[in-house]
Parts: sequence; structure tokens; C-alpha cells
Amino acid sequence: MSERIADWTQGVQVITFQTCTSCSHVQYFHRAFCAACGAPDPREQRASGKGRVYATSLVCRAATPETRPHVPFNILLVDCAEGFRMMAHGENDLAIGDEVSASFKPFAGRLVPFFAKDG
Amino acid sequence: MSFITGVGLTPFGKHEGSSSLDLMSKAAQAALDDAGLERAEIDGILCGYSTVSPHIMLATVFAEHFGIRPSYAHAVQVGGATGLAMTMLAHHLVEAGVARNVLVVAGENRLTGQSRDASIQALAQVGHPDYEVPLGPTIPAYYGLVANRYMHEYGVTEEDLAEFAVLMRTHACTHPGAQFQDRIEVADVMASKPVAMPLKLLDCCPVSDGGAAFVVSRERTGEAGVRIRGCAQAHTHQHVTAAPALSELGAEISVGRAKEATGLAISDVRYAAIYDSFTITLAMLLEDLGLAGRGEAAARVRAGHFSRDGAMPLNTHGGLLSYGHCGVGGAMAHLVETHLQMTGRATNRQVRDASIALLHGDGGVLSSHVSMFLERVR
Repeated sequence: MSERIADWTQGVQVITFQTCTSCSHVQYFHRAFCAACGAPDPREQRASGKGRVYATSLVCRAATPETRPHVPFNILLVDCAEGFRMMAHGENDLAIGDEVSASFKPFAGRLVPFFAKDG
Repeated sequence: MSFITGVGLTPFGKHEGSSSLDLMSKAAQAALDDAGLERAEIDGILCGYSTVSPHIMLATVFAEHFGIRPSYAHAVQVGGATGLAMTMLAHHLVEAGVARNVLVVAGENRLTGQSRDASIQALAQVGHPDYEVPLGPTIPAYYGLVANRYMHEYGVTEEDLAEFAVLMRTHACTHPGAQFQDRIEVADVMASKPVAMPLKLLDCCPVSDGGAAFVVSRERTGEAGVRIRGCAQAHTHQHVTAAPALSELGAEISVGRAKEATGLAISDVRYAAIYDSFTITLAMLLEDLGLAGRGEAAARVRAGHFSRDGAMPLNTHGGLLSYGHCGVGGAMAHLVETHLQMTGRATNRQVRDASIALLHGDGGVLSSHVSMFLERVR
């Protein structure tokens, strides 16, 4: 099995995804196998960071003291160009269908993916 | 065959000084009294979880505390679907001859036993620990995402969602045990504090103390029998990031299986008890279950369809949104109220006909679903 590419969940400014070498299923949550067919060692790649907004929710009431200074912040589900969906932060005025690109911003002591509108 | 032979429910709200075990015991005693059963006749115990007092063996802790030595006992954890999942299991245990009388119980001092922050934080952990929780979402945010998309796809508005909060409050105003008794209007919901848009404070259920219990038995113990006609589950995902398309969610799948298991149709249903953690939850589930067309549930609320004297009375106790939400016991209150309606004991809330009821519970972020049909037998 190839070594795991460090991504934003480990503090690196990278979004990764996996593609099954057997059935071509694309998955975002890292696993040692394909969740669709069970084949081992899905191919891991860096994502382009391009995508389209699937849904948004502007959080105005925080869950923890660490996240409270950041409100309001916009939680997104983004359908990424490579065919997987991810949760991220984004500009507060994004709407469903907007074409977006990822950068990274500090949030509650770490870096998280942050999407802004293209063009 | 299995029957719900007794039910017990505490008022929801503040129970200062009561522990989770206290609230469970209170509800359990009421359910036993209602069933006319003694402790020694209970041979099975299923209980929910308590976020305030987590324990790896809560059913045994409760059994010892309450004074029962059952031949079958354990806790069940399916989030908001736990109450109906336990009822489904009790039904199968009783049918299989494993137990004669199963006590299903849950209770939690979630409001006074911990800070609101602690509650919100504990519940947010249903998110993915690596890919979601670090982003600081809350349960309302998970449902806010779903609401945003649902409104986009089906043309539902924030005012539409507000109708469900108003309806649940109207119902709660007729139940002395409900946490909230002040009337509200759509404008109040719209003006309430933003939590996770499009959801505002009055779109969200409260945090409550409370307990609920019932007994599922092989034989009926009273005059009016409430029979579990059949039930089914569906689990499509855990995390909202991994949820399927809105048209492929689990409620439709589980109710389809329950209809197949019972031979019943939605047109047979006379009373509905549907999970309502948020206004969007209730709107979506009503439409997924076929109790309203896509995007049409709010119009049916406005037309009085789901009111006490409407064609499909819904959560006549006020639901999670206004009776309150004490964790697992919260959605069990829906079943208690259904039982009272089916046995003609709902006093000022009594509906004309509750001969067949559809109950539905949802856990996670529309992740886990249990659908159940109850039937009154004479």
C-alpha cells in the first residue's frame, strides 16, 4: 500500500481523495479499502480544490468556546471536480451552484479548507 | 404478535435535582402502573443512553437501581431513532418468545445536568471526527445544510418551515407536561435568533429534562389493545457529507419496508407521530413518508390537515419542538402520546380516530430511520 498523502486533517494545505483501482468508485473519507466494492489500496490523489456549492449553512451559534470568536462562519458542502463531496468553510454569501476554489484559513487553532467564488 | 401494554411520560422541561436514573425510574413506574404489571413480571429491559451520565452498561445499572432482574437487558444507541429501534427490538424479542414483557425506558437530565454548551458539543460529535468536527459545525448546522438544499430543490421557504414550529407549539399549549406553553406565530419564528441558517432558534427543538417508558408484551393486559403491526429500518449513511441525494434518503426506504411488512398503505393511517428535531426534519419526513407531496407539507399545515381535528393529526403533544427533547426519551413521548390517542385517553387532545398510527424516528443527520405501524385492537 502506498504511503498516505498528508492532507488538511493533518495540518497540511492539501485536499485528498481516493479512487478505487477496481471499480473506479471515488471516496473522500480516507480508508485502506474501497467502501463500494471492498478492493484494497484505493489510489490516493491531491484534489484540484475546484468545485460547486451543494449546500450552505451560516453558523451563528457556536458549539465550543474555541469556535465562538469565528461566528458567523459559513459551513459548506462542496461537490468537488473529481467527483467527491466534502465539508468546508466558505465566503458568507455563497449560494448553491456557485463555482468555487479552495484555499486555507485558520479556524480554532488549525487550518481548514475555505472556498471562495471563482472569477 | 406484540402489544404496547403500558406507557409512562414525565413532564419535560426542568427537573432540578433529578438524575437520569431518577427520570428513567419515574417514567418506568408510570408505565408499569399503566400496564398493571409488577416488577417481577418484567423479564426484559431495553434502555437508551444518557449523554449526562454515560455508562457502558446502562440497562444493568437501571435494572439494579429499579429492582428488576431481567433475563434480557442492554442499551441501544441509534441517536434520535433509538426509541423506535428499541420498540422494534422489543417487538421481535416478544414475538420470538425471548421475553414476555419488555420494559423500554429512557430519561435524561440533559437541561439541568450539564451546560448547554456541553449538550451542543456532545451532540456535534455525530459528525466525522477528522473531516467534519474540526470545521466547528453544530447539529443545527448539519440540518441547516440539508434544509438549504431541500428548500432549493423543492421551493420550500423559511416561512413554510416556521409553520411546523407554530403547529407544534399550538399542540403543546394543550398538554400540561409540555416545556413550552406560550403561543407563537410565524413572525415570531422568523424573528427568532439565527442559529445555523436557514434555521433559527424556534426552528430547533430545545434541550430538556424528562423521561419516557413503555412496556411491550406478548399478551395484552387491558381492555383496549395497541398492537405493533410491523416495523422496519433503513440506514444509508452516518455523516451528512456522505448522505445520498435528497430523493434517496432512508425514510422513504424504511416506510416502504414497513408497508410491505404490514400490508398497510399511507391511506390507512389515521394518526402520525413523526420525529421533529427541527422544522426541516418534520417537513422532509412528512414528504419522504408520503404524508404530503414534495414541497407541500407546509401548505397542509396551513390548511389544518395535521391539526388535532384535521385529517391526519400529528404529534398532538407538541413534539420535540415544543413538548421538548430530553434525548432518547424525547421521541418516545411521540409513542406515549400515540398510545393515549389510540386508547381514547388523550383528554382535551383526543382525536376522532387513531385506529392506525404511523410512527417514524430519525437518528444522526437523517442517517438512521425506523418506521412503525400501530393498530388498535378491541
